[in-house]
Amino acid sequence: MHGHTQDTAYLEGGFQDAPVDAARAFRSAMSAMARPGQIERLDTAAPPSPLSSAAGTLLLTLADPETGVCLAGAHDTAAMRAWLAFHTGAPIVAAGQAHFAVGTWDALMPLSQFSVGTSEYPDRSATLIVEMEDLRGEGVHLRGPGIKTTAALNLPDAEAMRANNAQFPLGLDFFLTCGARVAALPRSTQVSTLAEAG
Amino acid sequence: MTAQNDRKVWMSLLAKSPVTDLKRLWEGFEGAQPGAQSHVWLRAPEIGGVMVRGRTGATGAPFNLGEMTVTRCSLKLPGGEVGHGYVQGRDKDHATRAALVDAHMQTAQSEAIRRDVLDPLEETMRETTETRARKAAATKVDFFTLVRGED
Repeated sequence: MHGHTQDTAYLEGGFQDAPVDAARAFRSAMSAMARPGQIERLDTAAPPSPLSSAAGTLLLTLADPETGVCLAGAHDTAAMRAWLAFHTGAPIVAAGQAHFAVGTWDALMPLSQFSVGTSEYPDRSATLIVEMEDLRGEGVHLRGPGIKTTAALNLPDAEAMRANNAQFPLGLDFFLTCGARVAALPRSTQVSTLAEAG
Repeated sequence: MTAQNDRKVWMSLLAKSPVTDLKRLWEGFEGAQPGAQSHVWLRAPEIGGVMVRGRTGATGAPFNLGEMTVTRCSLKLPGGEVGHGYVQGRDKDHATRAALVDAHMQTAQSEAIRRDVLDPLEETMRETTETRARKAAATKVDFFTLVRGED
């Protein structure tokens, strides 16, 4: 129970019609993950700064009391914790126990602190939501399941993504968010730099 | 801390209140205060289950008594006051009324709400409890005929 005069901004910015909003957002997130490099729109949530609308919508859709969320760097604010607690009930955990982690690429380093799953349960791995300054369908070339010919994304660190793919079937999955836009990079996607592709 | 304890008392009262009584009292209040109904949703009414836990005495270990259905919602009045409603059962309108009462208890209308809704509600619920206790007491058997072994 909170005091009467407490700031209540964190109570806002959730789904207005949770079943419908969550189903639509889930469809977009699934499409993004199924077609690496394809940029989808996710703007239902209005989370507190510095979380982007796309990352906020993802968390409202995917996080629940059974999924630990790790807030990295500047994303670990009191407002963020309160917002996440009210709207999802997800516990805030350390990187090693996280099902989801959110932050900028630099704040999420090193990637080795996150769980990549085990041979018996490769699904027990973390999904990273990387907040980007910019998200464009150009730069590093992508190949693999879900990509008919070739796709491209301006990845923050192609080498780290290549190393992640090399661990398949273990590894991390990434959502890349920028404002209201989101793209995904599952562990199955092969990453090649422009020079190689040419 | 007394403000928080006060709120605990009325939240508890609203959570256990019968649907029909709260509906009647709220509609009476709303009739006198048009516009009291207006709000925006922070969390639209949703139905879920909660585990009720119990403990025997003050020393027993906690145990799970069983699950019950609860409806909850959170809303904000035009003035910015936030109300939460947690009630028994599956009635979304009931949860909305409970949240509205909670929110209005934080406004200048708290006295009116207390007089028109909370106090009568408490009275009605106490009567119900007392009636039930009286009926139960009437069935009590005194074993005064038992031989006590004095002779």
